[in-house]
Amino acid sequence: MLIPCPLCGPRDALEFRFVDETVRRPEPQSASPEQWRSYLYLRANRAGAVTELWLHRSGCRQYVVVERDSLTNTVTAARLARKEAVS
Amino acid sequence: MTRLQPQPGEVIDRDRPIRFRWVGRDHQGYAGDTIASALAAAGVRVFGRSMKYHRPRGLLSADFHDPNCMVTVDGEPNVRGAHRLVRAGMDVRPQDTWPSLRFDVKAANQLVGRFLGPGFYYKTFMRPARLWPAYEAVLGRFSHGGHAPSEPAPERYDHRYVHPDVLVAGGGPAGMAAAAAAAGAGVSVLLVEEEQELGGHLRWGGPDDLAALRDLRAAMAAGSVEVLTDSVVTGRYDGNWVSVLQRAGAGGATGTVRERMVKARAKHLVVAAGLIERPYVVGGNDLPGVMLSTAVRRLVNLYAVRPGDRAVVLSANASGAAAADDLSRVGVDVVRVLDARAGEDITRIRGRSGVQAVECSDGTVVECDLVVTAVGWTAPLTLLTLAGGRATYRADAARFVATGLPDDVSAAGGLVGDGTLEQLIEHGRAVGRDAARRAMRVASVLAAGVPGAAVPAVHDGHVDVPALQPAPHPELFLGATDGIVDYSEDVSAKDLRAAVREGYDSIELAKRYTTATMGPAQGKLEAVNSIAAVAAATGADLAATGTTTGRPPYVPVSLGALAGRSHSLLRRSPVQGWHDAHGAVPLYAGAWIRPDHYGDPVAEVRAVREAVGLIDVTPLGKFDLRGADVPSLLELLYVNRWRKLDVGSVRYGVMCAEDGVVLDDGVTGRLGPEHYLMTTTSSGADAAHDWMERWLQTQRRDLQVHVTPVTANYASINVAGPRSRELLARLTSLDLSASAFGYMRVRTGRVADVEDCVVWRIGFTGELSFEVHVPAGYGLHVWEALLDAGADVGVRPFGVEAQRILRLEKGHLIVGQDTDGLTQAYGAGLGWAVKADKPDFAGKPELAWQLMREDYLHLVGLQPVDGTAVPPEASQIVEDGTRIVGRITSSRMSPTLGRSVCLAMVAPHLTAAGTTVTVRLPGGGSLQARVMPQHAHVDPEGVKLRA
Ligand SMILES: [Zn+2]
Repeated sequence: MLIPCPLCGPRDALEFRFVDETVRRPEPQSASPEQWRSYLYLRANRAGAVTELWLHRSGCRQYVVVERDSLTNTVTAARLARKEAVS
Repeated sequence: MTRLQPQPGEVIDRDRPIRFRWVGRDHQGYAGDTIASALAAAGVRVFGRSMKYHRPRGLLSADFHDPNCMVTVDGEPNVRGAHRLVRAGMDVRPQDTWPSLRFDVKAANQLVGRFLGPGFYYKTFMRPARLWPAYEAVLGRFSHGGHAPSEPAPERYDHRYVHPDVLVAGGGPAGMAAAAAAAGAGVSVLLVEEEQELGGHLRWGGPDDLAALRDLRAAMAAGSVEVLTDSVVTGRYDGNWVSVLQRAGAGGATGTVRERMVKARAKHLVVAAGLIERPYVVGGNDLPGVMLSTAVRRLVNLYAVRPGDRAVVLSANASGAAAADDLSRVGVDVVRVLDARAGEDITRIRGRSGVQAVECSDGTVVECDLVVTAVGWTAPLTLLTLAGGRATYRADAARFVATGLPDDVSAAGGLVGDGTLEQLIEHGRAVGRDAARRAMRVASVLAAGVPGAAVPAVHDGHVDVPALQPAPHPELFLGATDGIVDYSEDVSAKDLRAAVREGYDSIELAKRYTTATMGPAQGKLEAVNSIAAVAAATGADLAATGTTTGRPPYVPVSLGALAGRSHSLLRRSPVQGWHDAHGAVPLYAGAWIRPDHYGDPVAEVRAVREAVGLIDVTPLGKFDLRGADVPSLLELLYVNRWRKLDVGSVRYGVMCAEDGVVLDDGVTGRLGPEHYLMTTTSSGADAAHDWMERWLQTQRRDLQVHVTPVTANYASINVAGPRSRELLARLTSLDLSASAFGYMRVRTGRVADVEDCVVWRIGFTGELSFEVHVPAGYGLHVWEALLDAGADVGVRPFGVEAQRILRLEKGHLIVGQDTDGLTQAYGAGLGWAVKADKPDFAGKPELAWQLMREDYLHLVGLQPVDGTAVPPEASQIVEDGTRIVGRITSSRMSPTLGRSVCLAMVAPHLTAAGTTVTVRLPGGGSLQARVMPQHAHVDPEGVKLRA
């Protein structure tokens, strides 16, 4: 699988570390145990279009938001996480 | 079998005789001979015995995929004897010859055949279970192949990475034409050929084939195609990541490398794997002397070997006719040619240790010593199905074809369909031109993704690839009597029928139950016959029965090739050379090599407790943090509070993950108003870096912080012991007095004439100590200066083992040793550091909830009642004999106290000081130990630390 790093260009997925699906961190002051543990442990693991966080660990060390199809490993978009709109 | 007069296309060099050994006897071949061809020319007909029934086996396909002549060469097991070339002095031994190659198998055959039916693995040896060791020994006799050598290979294994625009798998006429056409279109091409020479079936063809081969090779030599022969594509993965196994045999084209795994990222893959000839399943089809037509043609035309004296040919296609012509030409008596297309057939082949006669469908019996079959072709579709293509059965052509290939993969030549040589070459050329065009389009897309890269122009012209259809061919799989389907697994048509009768009626089940196509040859020759056998037993047709799933690797790959060259990437401190030269026993910790001790860790401990010692702690993770928001970042990363840390102060921090589990610990000092130096554990440095950046890049992008990893920029030396102040003062102008430089303070200054050193007053060992971070280039200088300056105060170096004893005496935990993947901060006794009133930090909710629970283990200091006993680390603490209520996490004999000391995780009801617990010892037995009031065994009040 090739991931098009926005800074380095297309690179082998072996250069990256898969980090997580993109999940929203609940407000730690008010989160219920159910909400917090869903954030920690529950993932959609969808077959199809997924949005994930990868780290270009052997490259520019930037966190990259990758949109890919988990059935075909076709990557449709890769953006710097630091440039994402704040969620 | 004997050597013939020179043949027009022969690949042997008669001027270069080569002597080698087979079963302990000298034999001679010529350069260019395979082991099998040289032995066949010398009259050898039996190369091994079949796996279960121990029937003699001779050449079948006479190429790499021949299941019947796996041999051991100079200790290298499972060498394909019909592929590996002879080399002077090589020692070749047969495999699977229990009890011996010459043993008359009649008795064994009848005896063992009764309990070696399908699924015998699963049935015969199941009960009683206590006899398993005996069964295992018996089954060992039936395992394939040679024995793994006990010595390392004399040659190396290696890896190589390539990025061809177009990779062509298969160097026959279509593959060569495709490669040349793609190269002609201006792209880089890698052509991979399984055999030692390019050419495919042209090599063993007639004069026209040889003339075409000369032209194609000339075109190849003129172009810029890189050719890998004796190499095979073993798999195709996402994004056209193609693995190629480049073999050389010993001393071959790759020099001192035995095998090389070439990892190719191709922009386009052309599969031109040709066709594999299929054996005919009929009684006696595994007797030595029964060969495929291509095997006969290879033996005659490439190696000038006469395959027999009296031949019967069963032919359904041109290859059979060509083999008959070849045999007649070299003087073999072709006594009968049966035309399968006209309904003529072989009903059984008779013989004992080789072919003696053939029973024909018209009732006649013909004596012969050679039976040649040409009953059809199998298209090796594995690479195409790995790429997402579907294998579809074409009854009219009696073979599977692939449909639905992705954009970056195409197929060329015989794999696609049949045609004249001109048509195959023209097809290859068109596919090659099309491949180049598609590769350029991919290159353009890739370049567009590289910031600042020039994007090549794309010529989006269309290439017409002529259609190539499989020619009509009769369906000839199973004959009138049962024969062997899978040669390497010794599975017969009868076995497959029995498996279906027992309920294993799908091809995937029958395959696993009988192990058909699961042997070393992986069904290259036999897969379709096994499908036909299952189809015949179930009554379904081949299309409905379907194929089994092909998976990589396409051919066996040695573990050496997968491992490649040994790259032991080792991180060394600038002082490591000194350690090596002074008797340090190495400790490999993560990527680092460190001194475990210098011969006497107990003396090293005493030096630190009584005088002064030096330890190289360079692997400690170090991060330079700058920016106005560093305290905000630290407040998130650590459970502690950081806002009030003044310049020159140091704090011990505890880092937890979002689940509250202790992730790392270390000290951080404030060097300037917006400048901090953070340390982490050695093993956790990389993860801590990722974790920091994750907060900064994904959660708190508003924070103005710059993180620079500086682990290797500094050599770190801890000077520990009551005389450490006295020693260090001799080398620095910094005021080290207790009033000027208190505990948990940090300064920068000059040490041993080296500027910009960072000096910390901290103490993992529990003694007065100073940690000096020296610009790495001066690390050795400062280390040696300290030793020189301290000779009169008894300074000595100490290693990791002494440090572990010292810190255990002091009760300092090690993350990952005294904690595990479930230990949250309160369980580790680090609750004092948790500032629950902070609005946010990693793991905050979980730690709040941990406080409300009482079910977690607690880290405690522990001392065995018998101070001479040291319970091994990971010993369990038990209650009522068997209930596990804790474990020893660290244990050592304390030289300072003269007794054993431990840290342990225990259940909450056992944490009170004075509680006696039972520690179960791994070797049996147990000991009593007492829970201590605190973790520290030595100087619990910290008087020494703060001196
Ligand atoms: Zn990058």
